[in-house]
This record gives sequence, structure tokens and C-alpha cells, in this order.
Amino acid sequence: MRNLSAHPRRHQERGGGEGMSRVSFRTLDRRTFLKYTFGTGALILGTHVEGWASDADNAAFHPSVYLGIEPNGDVIIVAHRSEMGTGSKSTLPMVVADELEADWNRVRVEQAIGDEKYGSQNTDGSCSIRDFVDAMKVAGATARKMLEQAAAEKWSVPAAECQARNHEVVHAKSNRKAGYGELAPLAAKLSAPEKDSLKFKSPAEYRYIHKNVPVVHQKDVCEGKGTFGIDAKMPGMLVASVEHSPVYGGTMISFDATEAKKVPGVRDVIAIDRFKGPHNFQALGGVAVLADHTWAAMEGRKKLKVTWDSGPNATYDSDKYREQLIATARQPGKVVAQRGDVEAGLAAAAKTHEAVYTTPLLSHAPMEPPAAVAEFKDGKVICHAATQNPQAVQETVALAMGIEKKDVICHVTLLGGGFGRKSKPDYVAEAAILSKKAGKPVKVVWTREDDIRTDFYHSTAGMYMKAGLDAGGQPTAWLQRSVFPSIGTTFGDESGYGMELEMGMGWNDLPFNIPNHRAENGQAKNHVRIGWLRAVANVYHAFAIHSFVDELAHLAGKDPVEYSLGLLGPGRKLEITPVGMKYWNHDQDQSKYPFDTARLRNVIDTVAQESGWAKRSKGNGHGWGFAAHRSFLTYVAVATEVEVTGNRVRIPNMHIAVDAGQTFHLDRVHSQLEGACVFGTSLAMLSEISVKQGKVVQSNFHNYQVARIAEAPVKVHVHLIQSDAPPAGIGEPGVPPVAPSIANAIFAATGKRLRDLPLRKGLRA
Amino acid sequence: MVQLTVNGLPRSFEGDPEIPLLWYLRDLLDLTGTKYGCGMGLCGACTVHVDGKATRSCLLPLKSVAGKSVETIEALNGQHPVQIAWMEGNVPQCGYCQSGQIMQAIALLKEKPKPTDQEIDSAMQGVICRCGTYQRIRGAIKSAAGVKA
Repeated sequence: MRNLSAHPRRHQERGGGEGMSRVSFRTLDRRTFLKYTFGTGALILGTHVEGWASDADNAAFHPSVYLGIEPNGDVIIVAHRSEMGTGSKSTLPMVVADELEADWNRVRVEQAIGDEKYGSQNTDGSCSIRDFVDAMKVAGATARKMLEQAAAEKWSVPAAECQARNHEVVHAKSNRKAGYGELAPLAAKLSAPEKDSLKFKSPAEYRYIHKNVPVVHQKDVCEGKGTFGIDAKMPGMLVASVEHSPVYGGTMISFDATEAKKVPGVRDVIAIDRFKGPHNFQALGGVAVLADHTWAAMEGRKKLKVTWDSGPNATYDSDKYREQLIATARQPGKVVAQRGDVEAGLAAAAKTHEAVYTTPLLSHAPMEPPAAVAEFKDGKVICHAATQNPQAVQETVALAMGIEKKDVICHVTLLGGGFGRKSKPDYVAEAAILSKKAGKPVKVVWTREDDIRTDFYHSTAGMYMKAGLDAGGQPTAWLQRSVFPSIGTTFGDESGYGMELEMGMGWNDLPFNIPNHRAENGQAKNHVRIGWLRAVANVYHAFAIHSFVDELAHLAGKDPVEYSLGLLGPGRKLEITPVGMKYWNHDQDQSKYPFDTARLRNVIDTVAQESGWAKRSKGNGHGWGFAAHRSFLTYVAVATEVEVTGNRVRIPNMHIAVDAGQTFHLDRVHSQLEGACVFGTSLAMLSEISVKQGKVVQSNFHNYQVARIAEAPVKVHVHLIQSDAPPAGIGEPGVPPVAPSIANAIFAATGKRLRDLPLRKGLRA
Repeated sequence: MVQLTVNGLPRSFEGDPEIPLLWYLRDLLDLTGTKYGCGMGLCGACTVHVDGKATRSCLLPLKSVAGKSVETIEALNGQHPVQIAWMEGNVPQCGYCQSGQIMQAIALLKEKPKPTDQEIDSAMQGVICRCGTYQRIRGAIKSAAGVKA
């Protein structure tokens, strides 16, 4: 998910890519960053800090906002994307360091504050590498060239004879060397070279790329020293625990704080106004208990008496709603993709098959619940937040406080997981609002119950699938209908239909070679906040499509892998042309990032070969399942082995083959894919949010289950395709094929076809 | 007044003795390496050692550790074999749960220096990692124990 800022209609954020030359070489016009990051006399890509005071000097240089070199030779690389476990804080700086020929031991990575000068900081949508790796290469190569030039001038030799190598520039002919620290002030006086004149390293010259560097925050977190949002402090701060309406959209009528205020340590009880208009990322509203420490705030909150007007969502019942989704999915909806004549195809078919699939609401449940500290002072807000999107923090807080975006300084802490939840900074707005009212810095800490009961939920969905088959079991007609409350509802879209990006996530881009095809989308209303969760709409779309493919394969008496390859047809670049909208394709041109079925075929072949698919055993509670899906411009195939005993499913092996184009930090790529298999297993097997009378039933990890060590796949085998294609996503695309691969494996093992997530419920029945 | 030892230092607390050990450590001693995850003893992020045994601190009233010795992740010097194994195996992703994972793993290896897969799963089952680092956790425990992966 990306491109949803606090005001998605107005701000279509762009990442780097082509736009990077504009962003990264823009003259720095603010010194806040320097103050926090660089020492006096530091050089920002060859520019004296003193030089920043002069506009003339600024105009003469084109420094990168991502890189600086201190006079002592320390290289400081700015991580502008949030670190929530994906490794982007290590990978992007690693690319800069490699192009710079820097010694990684002398590199310091600093986390950026929120500032649009960095380009998009919305760490979401699996695009940190895709959108910024070129900008990082440019930053590193620019600095390297300037340092070489500086050495050449110092020694009065041709620049071509000077070569940057491991933190120094060498002139081999005269056997002279100069360190980066020594050269930086000289480089500062040079003009930055044009981007076209830069020479980038060849892969053979890479010092760190593909060889990995230590993960920047790893030592800290292994020693308990990492600072997450919940760990952030400001002098004199109070800690707040906020009671929200138990029903989405409810309004507080009255509250009685008498008992709460008697709890030792409680200092204040403050109401927050309900959001106005679409909830967006606004604070929901509620009543906050502010105290000297977290426990006192939580204890005080238990003593609060609040009366709510729950509003129209108090009748929401997720079981009944699921029936409505199914009923809607059985009716014609809005056509979003079409080819041939589905009705004629179905009528002429030798046989038809139909199935309905459902998936529940899901909560992100990052291990660190939402947390942030903020201080409102002199018309400005300074905050430290576990956020995936510090610029959305700026926008949201500015709107809440009636101040300018530039007057919100957002420091980004480490994130204890994000998964999409921490792109939405309602909790940071709460901290800022409370700080203004309390006249002190306030840290807001959500409880696990707050997190699970008041999330921006991954949408619940119902999918109806129907195929017309020829005598050999091959589909000649294919109808698919999807119904779900859209993320658009969070931003006030009341059309009831999915957005272009949700349709583009595995729904209007079916790659199968079927002559008659139609994809539709039905209407659904939201009764809770809907947000994006790791892999978003791909999760339910992939579950329906790839379960259905497996059903058809078995009906045809064919091997599911062979059957899938048959549906894909020969390897070719598809031109996806949806109806009534453009193909989202993650805002990337299909010319640069086409849907290439050859690459999907290749990951399928790879996973089949590596998993020993052809020789797999099945029956007696043991079986293998398979699914392959393209999302986030990445091609993924998963083969899963299950052992089913009663309602218990053990997953001894999960193989995942991935073609994400060029990759950089191989260890972090592997770790993301291992994690995606576990995340996918949680939502396939265990997790479900249900709602009764408008209130979320689940509250903590006893009833909102996620995979623990014994439920997770015992062994995930990652098979990464070496590719020169442009880099694509890694964080999310591993997730979608996991659920259908498990459901298909359970069918192979037991003969039981499970069409509703979480699958454990079907096994219990 | 509650008296106890935290990371080798004597401590006393005159406030409400019902305060859970977790919040005493985090908010009053500024030992924030121990994490809040659920407040119900369900996720293990708050795992510390009380007299050497892995203990969930989020529900444990401070008064119940009076006279006892509490050790947190900060007591380790970064050179503990389990920490080294964690870093060599590049275990953490976001890292939030890893203090609890490491404290739990150290306690396991004290009791069972050469744990089987089943013993590892059984000991680590109470500590959730939402990033899904379990495979590497299992590997790092085996590496620290010197048993074959």
C-alpha cells in the first residue's frame, strides 16, 4: 500500500525513481537536519556546513540530502525510510556506501525526521528499494566522483588517474593516498557533477551489495538498547492511556473521572474530541487518563466511567455481514475486467463449477502497540513516534492542532512491527492534542486491547467464483466477483466499491489464458475503520483465485502445478486493460514493469523442482499444496507441506520461490520472505476479528491468535531468482500465496476443501 | 517498601507495591529493554529472569519479587553466547520481541544445555514474534548450545 497520505486525493506522493533527481539534488533549505545529525564543520556531500548560511553557496552546490562526510572521515548516511523489520535502514545506506567506496565501519546511519525534501517516507507498499535505490546510487557515486576530483586537484593530476577505494582516494602512479576526511573540505568547493556524467559500479565491483552488511539496529535490539516509540521520552512528560468508543464512530456523552483521579500517580483526565468528517488518520476521540507512569494511567483508565452514544454501527454483526457479502457476491457487480463472452462460454461449457470464499477482518497486531510522545510548545509540535510515515504525522498533527505542517517535527523511532498499522498516525495526533491541553509532553501508549479493538482493520471479503469447463476440464469461461469494504472508506469514499489499487491487487489482472473472462466488484459498507495490512487486497483475492484453480485441477484430475502452468499459457508480457479504470500496477508503467507470465512460470518451475513436487507423498493426513501470485511487481510461488492430525496442522516445510528483480541485501530479503511465510500462516490458520453489536470480540493474544513457534512452518526454504530486472517489492509479496497453498495442502492431505479463513474453523467442524 | 535486586544493584521502592515489575523496570528504573506486548502474560515480550528463572513481568506485582534478584536484558554485556548466536544468525527483524526471546532462550539453556527441537518449541512457545523469526530463533538456540542445526 502506498500513495495514501492523510489526504490521498490531494497528495499523490511519488517516490524517488525518475522524480529523485528533483528531490535528492534539491538545495537544502532547512538546517534542522544538520543540527541533529552533523557536527560542526561537517561536510554534506562536499559542502561546508558554514556554506549553508549563504544562499549563493547553496546555489553553487547540489548536495544530496542523504549523505554527508565529517572532517574526521566519518560518513553519515541518512535513512529516510522507517525501520520496522524489513531492513531498509540497512539496505539503502549500504547501497550509498558501496557506490561511495566507503568503509562500512566508518559509516553512521542516522534516521531522518519527517521532511518532504527526502521524497516519500511512507514506508509502505514494498517500495523502499524500488523507488530509492537509484537515488542512493546517485548520492554515493556523486560523492565518490567529487572526492576523486578533489584529490586530482590537490595533486595536480588528471582525475581519471585518481581512484576512490575503501574510504580513500589513491593515485597509483605516484603512490599517493588521501582519506575521505582530508578530501571532503576540498570536494566541498567543487560543483556537483551532472547525473549523466556519473559512473556506477558494475556488480563485480560491489563491496557490500549481495554480500550484506550487519543490520544497523541489530546489536542494539539484541542488547535491549534500541529505542522504539514506546521507549521514547521527553523531560517532564506524562503517560496517557486513552479510552475510545467501543463501537466505531461512537460519540462520548459524558464521563466521570472521580475514581480515576484517586489512583496514585494520575494527574489529569482529558477528553479528546471525536473526529470530524471521514476519520482519515484523525484521533478517534475519547477520554485520556494522564499519569506519572504507564501503569498508573492504565489503572486510572479502568476506573473511568464513560457513557457513549454508539451510533449506527452498534448493530454491526460480522457473522451476518459475512452472509451479506456472500449474497452480494452471488449477484452481478460492477465489471472491472472483461474478455470474450462469459455467459456464452458458461452456457456452452461441458461442466461448470462454482465456489464461494470468505476471509475475515484482521488486526495488524504489531508486537509494539501504537505509541508516540509529543510536546506542543510555542505553536509547534515535536514528537517521537513509531511511525511508517512521518510526513503523514506532520499533516495529521498539523491539521489537528491548526498549525503548519512545517511546524511539526517528527522524529522516527524504531518500530516494533508495522505491517501497515503505523502508517496511520491517529495515536500521534492524540499525543499532540493531549500535550497542548496538559501543557506538558505526553506519551500515548495503546494497550494491546486498544490495538486489537480499535484498529484500521484488514478488510473482510467475500469472493464468488464460477468456471465453465470443456470436456478436458480446461476453463473456457471464468467469472469472479469480489466484495469487501474498501480502504477508500477511511478517506470518505462512500461508493461502496473497491479502489483502483484494490482491484489492481490480484483482481483485475488475472493472468490466465481463458477466452471468456469477467471480473466484478460488488458494493459493501464499512462499519469499522478499514486500513491496509501487509499485502492488502492480494490476501483475499489470491486466496480465492488460487484455491479455485486447485479445485479445478482436481476436478480435471490434473496436477495443480501443471494445471496452473496450462492456465498461464506460454510465457509472454501481458497488457492488462481493466474496465473503467487503469491498471494500478503500483503506479509503475507496464512497459517498465510488465506482467510477464514467463517470470511467473519460472518461479512455479523453481518451487516445484526445489520442493520435490513431482515426488511428493500424500494421504493419511499428509499433503502438499501450491499457489503462485504476482503482487508488488514481484513473482512468487509457494509449495507447502502439511501434516493434519484432527484439527491440528503442522507445517514441516514451506518452499517459496521469488523473482523480485534485482535485490541488494540478500540476508534481509531472505528474512522478509521467511517472515512472510509465518505472517501468511497466521492469517491462513489462526487470526480472525469478529464483531458483535458493533464491538470487536477479540481483545488480546488469547483470542486473537497469531502463529507461535510451533504453529509456524518448521522450515521455510527461500529460493531467490537471480534477475537483472528492475527491483520490485519484497516485504509483502511473499504473503498472498501462503494461505491458498496451505488450504490446497489440507485438501491434498484430508480431502476437505476449506473455503473460509481462518482455516482452523473448518477443521474443527 | 519493596526491596529487591535489579541487575545486581539493590533497589527499594516506596510506591504502590502492586505495580507490575514490567512498569517498575521500564518507567521507574528506565530499563526499557524489557517490552510491553500484551499485559496478560500471553506474548512473552516482557520476559525477565527472577532468581534465574524466565518470568513474565507484565502481571507480576513488585511485592512478589521482594527480596529476589531480577535480571533484565541490560544485565547481559552483549557478549553472552546467546546474544552472539542471535547476531551471527541475524535473528531480529523489527527486534521488539527479541529481548524476551533472548531471556527465554538463556533460561532454557540453563535448564537444558542441549535442547531438542521439541524442547525448544515448548520453551519458546510463549514468546510471540510477529515478524516471524522463529526459524532463526531455533537455529540460534542450537548454535549457542553447540547442537547440530
